[in-house]
Amino acid sequence: MTDLAVNAGQIADAAPYDRARALKAFKFGDNLFYWVTRLSALSVLLILGGIIISLIIGAWPAIQAFGPSFLWTSRWAPSASPEPVLGALAPIYGTLITSAIAMAIAVPVGIGIAIFLTELCPQRLRQPISIAIELLAGIPSIIYGMWGFFVLGPFLANTFQPFMINLFDGVPILQDIFAGPPGYLSLFNAALILAIMVLPFITAISRDVFTTVPPVLKEAAYGVGCTTWEVVRKVVIPYTRVGVIGGVMLALGRALGETMAVTFIIGNAFKISPSVFAPGTTISAAIASEFAESDGLHQSGLILLGLLLFVLTFFVLAVARLMLMRLHKKAGV
Amino acid sequence: MKFFKSIVAAGLVAASTSAFAADITGAGATFPFPVYSKWADAYKKETGNGLNYQSIGSGAGIKQIQAKTVTFGATDAPLKAEQLEKDGLVQWPMVMGAIVPVINVEGIKPGELVLDGPTLANIYLGVVKKWDDEAIKKLNPSLKLPSTAIAVVRRSDGSGTTFNFTDYLSKASADWKTKVGVNTAVEWPVGVGAKGNEGVAANVGQTKNSIGYVEYAYAKQNKLTYTALINKAGKPVQPTIETFQSAAANANWESAPGYYVILTEQPGDKSWPITAATFILMHKAPTDKAAAAEALKFFTWAFEKGGKMAEDLDYIPMPPNVVDLIKKTWKADVKTM
Repeated sequence: MTDLAVNAGQIADAAPYDRARALKAFKFGDNLFYWVTRLSALSVLLILGGIIISLIIGAWPAIQAFGPSFLWTSRWAPSASPEPVLGALAPIYGTLITSAIAMAIAVPVGIGIAIFLTELCPQRLRQPISIAIELLAGIPSIIYGMWGFFVLGPFLANTFQPFMINLFDGVPILQDIFAGPPGYLSLFNAALILAIMVLPFITAISRDVFTTVPPVLKEAAYGVGCTTWEVVRKVVIPYTRVGVIGGVMLALGRALGETMAVTFIIGNAFKISPSVFAPGTTISAAIASEFAESDGLHQSGLILLGLLLFVLTFFVLAVARLMLMRLHKKAGV
Repeated sequence: MKFFKSIVAAGLVAASTSAFAADITGAGATFPFPVYSKWADAYKKETGNGLNYQSIGSGAGIKQIQAKTVTFGATDAPLKAEQLEKDGLVQWPMVMGAIVPVINVEGIKPGELVLDGPTLANIYLGVVKKWDDEAIKKLNPSLKLPSTAIAVVRRSDGSGTTFNFTDYLSKASADWKTKVGVNTAVEWPVGVGAKGNEGVAANVGQTKNSIGYVEYAYAKQNKLTYTALINKAGKPVQPTIETFQSAAANANWESAPGYYVILTEQPGDKSWPITAATFILMHKAPTDKAAAAEALKFFTWAFEKGGKMAEDLDYIPMPPNVVDLIKKTWKADVKTM
């Protein structure tokens, strides 16, 4: 302290010079920070570009051999002579249908759990349920696959599937969607596993955004006589819509690309069947299954499948962005 | 730039010294992995020299040896002589296995049901749909077969097992040959695909009225109901070490360049029709001669002392006459000096 007092005059003398230097140092720091963050952000684009380019290079022989008909050919014959005949329709169909069923199950259930946790659940139960949901997200996908293979598959094939097949027997359209024979490995089983796998994404994010709703809004709604249902529907969900959709999109992204668990329980048949109880395949399952032992045009075709999944995911996320933008406009935010 | 170069040089030195420590590296087929690792373990105990084998699949094994990143590659589907010539590779069979059809039909015990190639092909083509189909009944007049649909199970992953199985079906059925063909992954007309031998075994074990094909070891260890098959000589045979070895001993190895013999439908009254060898690939003029010499020492040791260990794991050792041939090939073709 005394030192300071003695040197105060000197500090005052030196001040203009030091200040300039200090400012310069700050500026340098700021610049550095700007460039480091900017480079990090740009590196994402670079990596993305690199992935796309290497995928295109790898897929080029297949693109040349099959052209756009790759998209609507449903035959997958890597051993056909003289040249393999490969088409992506069956895996594209499997990817879309399993993801769609998974989302149809997981979105209402996930949001339901989140509403229960934030609005209805007794305080005591809140923590254990939340932790259980987050644990679901932590289970490795291979475990889901094995569980689906050994436990869920047989259960569905012996109980749920025969029930559904009998229930809709004779009902037009539905009897084709729920057609037998029941199987341990099927599109539906894979979709159900996917639903369980993506549930934590939807639940955790919805719960977190639900808790951001200002209590005063809810209290006001309750004050004018709204029921809990009305509060959730008219206040909580509109207020947090963007966040919930974000969670759903994250879940959809995972469902589209999930590999290991699906490979175990989808049956890996390159077939398009109207029945959801029939075996099928997805893009990522097809690649994971056949890549190690493939070569030449077959391998190139698998890389082309990978490129398609990339584009498909990109497309889905872009559509989601567009939807969000329209919602923003509608809401006038 | 200089700095970069010196790092690369240091890396190369490190790589070559680690090779000097006589760790042989190999990569490829997953099917022989259990026996290779057991051999490697015993060999290390005996000689102190280690072997690092990565079971990454036959296709990947071929690529690794072509790229010279390993001392040897391993594949279940042998390379043709032209391909070997092009890459300067030597190939020989190391150990054998057998593929057996397995079924899950109530009341039928292991070895009771008899199938032949054409019927098996028709089941996998979806032509024979029920267990009491005339074709199956004709082969099994004394068995009581249920009138239920056959649930067909096969591999979903590309595999040497599938390669050998489809090769057998192609030899047995012209329809299979033209409609589906031979490959590690094919266009399956019917059935569900399970991952790995273990996946097929588990699926057949769970699914009533199913049929699948697995390596013999998996059928045995999972206590699955295997079938008998009618061989090329027209005789029904049971899957046993004896019938597997008969197939190998009767195969014509001498006149096959690069030992390109696929052990399906081999002659002999006792030969099991779907036997398969797994192959080793090495460069004729290896860049790392010390490692290559060490690898050959290991393979010699495995041929001479590894037979019992292989049998314990339900593999079949190569018959002595074939081993002698292979040793001659090494002497003539592999330059380790």
